[in-house]
Amino acid sequence: MTLITALSVLGVLALIFGLILGFAAVRFRVESDPIVDQIDALLPQTQCGQCGYPGCRPYAEAIANGDDINKCPPGGETTIKNLSELMGVEAKPLDAAHGQEDVKKVAVIREDECIGCTKCIQACPVDAILGAAKQMHTVIAHECTGCDLCVEPCPVDCIDMVPVPVRPENWQWDLQQIPVRVVESSN
Amino acid sequence: MSAATKAIEAGHIWTFPGGIHPPERKELSNQSAIRQLPLAPHYHVPVKQHSGAPGDLLVQVGDKVKAGQALTQVGVNNGLPVHAPTSGTVTAIGAGIIAHPSGLADTIITITADGDDSATTLAPIADYTAVSRAELLERIKQAGIAGLGGAGFPTAQKLALQRPLDYLIINGVECEPYISADDRLMREHAQTIIDGTEILLHLAACEKALIAIEANKPEAISAFEALLHEHPKLALRVVPVKYPSGGEKQLIQLLTGRQVPSRGLPIDVGLVMQNVGTAYAVAQAVVQGKPLIERVVTVTGENVEQPGNYWVRLGTPVDYLLEQCGFKPEPEQRVIMGGPMMGFTLADLSVPVVKITNCILVPSSQELAPAQDEMACIRCGACADVCPAQLLPQQMVWLAKAKDYDGLEKQNLFDCIECGACAYVCPSEIPLVHYYRKAKAEIRNIAREKAKAEVARERFEARQERLEREKEERLERHRKAAEARKKAQAEAVEKGGDNPQDAVQAAIARAKARKAAQAAAAADKKTEGDDA
Repeated sequence: MTLITALSVLGVLALIFGLILGFAAVRFRVESDPIVDQIDALLPQTQCGQCGYPGCRPYAEAIANGDDINKCPPGGETTIKNLSELMGVEAKPLDAAHGQEDVKKVAVIREDECIGCTKCIQACPVDAILGAAKQMHTVIAHECTGCDLCVEPCPVDCIDMVPVPVRPENWQWDLQQIPVRVVESSN
Repeated sequence: MSAATKAIEAGHIWTFPGGIHPPERKELSNQSAIRQLPLAPHYHVPVKQHSGAPGDLLVQVGDKVKAGQALTQVGVNNGLPVHAPTSGTVTAIGAGIIAHPSGLADTIITITADGDDSATTLAPIADYTAVSRAELLERIKQAGIAGLGGAGFPTAQKLALQRPLDYLIINGVECEPYISADDRLMREHAQTIIDGTEILLHLAACEKALIAIEANKPEAISAFEALLHEHPKLALRVVPVKYPSGGEKQLIQLLTGRQVPSRGLPIDVGLVMQNVGTAYAVAQAVVQGKPLIERVVTVTGENVEQPGNYWVRLGTPVDYLLEQCGFKPEPEQRVIMGGPMMGFTLADLSVPVVKITNCILVPSSQELAPAQDEMACIRCGACADVCPAQLLPQQMVWLAKAKDYDGLEKQNLFDCIECGACAYVCPSEIPLVHYYRKAKAEIRNIAREKAKAEVARERFEARQERLEREKEERLERHRKAAEARKKAQAEAVEKGGDNPQDAVQAAIARAKARKAAQAAAAADKKTEGDDA
């Protein structure tokens, strides 16, 4: 009889605690950032495809599934360092097979040469080119990620990738680079 | 009334940590009255002279303009207008070197003076209490007034924040060595500054203004003392001589004992601050309808023959200004815009005087030695002792050299006011502020890139979604078209018409029959041949 009482008391207790735990699991569920989103947030969002995937998010998914973290030339050293910290793997130098780290660039269409074929519009991953069939196209400079993807499809080669100009707002205080003109002595 | 408020009312002066006492050298320029600079042949007016976006252009090359005529308007970016400094013709609009440490170019409107100096003004507002607050703010904005103390924040924007205020502080401290522009303005135009202060008080819906002047300006102090008894809402506060007492956060601490929170604004502690020059400009804009086209600039240093203060039209090229003051450059002469502590060396002397230019300093190499080579930090800690923001300068330099931007933000890099006190006392000649500015620029750039990446992601995802949707819509269209075709056929059959399917079957049958007939004919021919 004692045995049965003990077993039933323990059983009831187990049931109650089970219910509490079950309730807590549902009620206090931690909505953690899925790893793909975290990786995606570290990538530069150029959408250039130099990593071999059609955009930053697909590459983020690939990294989450164990791909190398050193395939992103636009992100360069900084992105590799951040990814290695997030993924807990060793930082490797950039894989040269995917390209070199370069200065930030922006696409510019030489507008008088554009024939209005819309091929670059279809290639642009962020819809930063404006235009219509047989009309001149132009790049919305501040939306352009400098991914280079519009250059190849252009049949008349009228797209240039130019480095982003340095303006007083984004200047880096490189005092050594200022061409200081020495004022000549008058005497 | 709390004890703290009582102390403020009683005129108690608190103190702030750190600070330095560099040689003042103000006597070089503050001995003579403000002189009027003769008209220059050309003026270069940058469209952006304040912090924020530039206004939209109103003029074209070839346009005739009058002094005070707006060259840009507020526009879509909510910029601040700039005005023609004199009458003449717009001869160029294009890139030109601006008054910025980078020596980079920005849009500049060049005006060739006609010598008449005929002016246009806005309608004077005789009684500012009779017009609405919005109208007054609009006037201050249209007059192009930005903070003349140094940062160039649009004044109307600062006043538009409607939060309960305890005090308006008028900053006449001018603590940086050499500069005496505010000092002379206060001595000669105390009444106009007081008028401006009353307007600012009215706009800020505030009961009391504190006018702060550093103790080394006895003439300015007595000029105000003589006038203030008629103005019960205004009180004078004399602060002890120490650099940087004129810093916004430092002066607030001196006058009220309050500390502006990290990354916060004075309005967070119930205060707002304006420079004496700004108060003067506000009075001019409201009472006389004069837009901001000139300001007092101190031209000083041992390598100018007539150091002093000048009324300089905005847009006057620095080389013209120096020429008028007897510029006698020595080899490798440096020309500094601003003071010796916070100013910057000009890359080119063709740059114009702008709204925030308070001083042009032309030092000889004896009075201001050129920058020495940086030596190793000896960990003396002098920089930490003088930092008015109680930061750890040497720690921040190490972090800046290591590009540890997270670490720098943890050390509150953005509380640094770049006063230069740490670099001034450093025995190893380390240009500490330079490292901070570089790190700040880099951190801001990273934040900008991040924001841009976020936009690019959204656009990429929106495009993917659109392509997916278009594909589905296309398939859906094809499916619907096929269905409609089938339906039309079925209806046609029902009505007793020809089923297109029957026609196909008939055609196939015809083709089969023709083939069969051909085969039969060939067989017949063969038989005939055999027979023959």
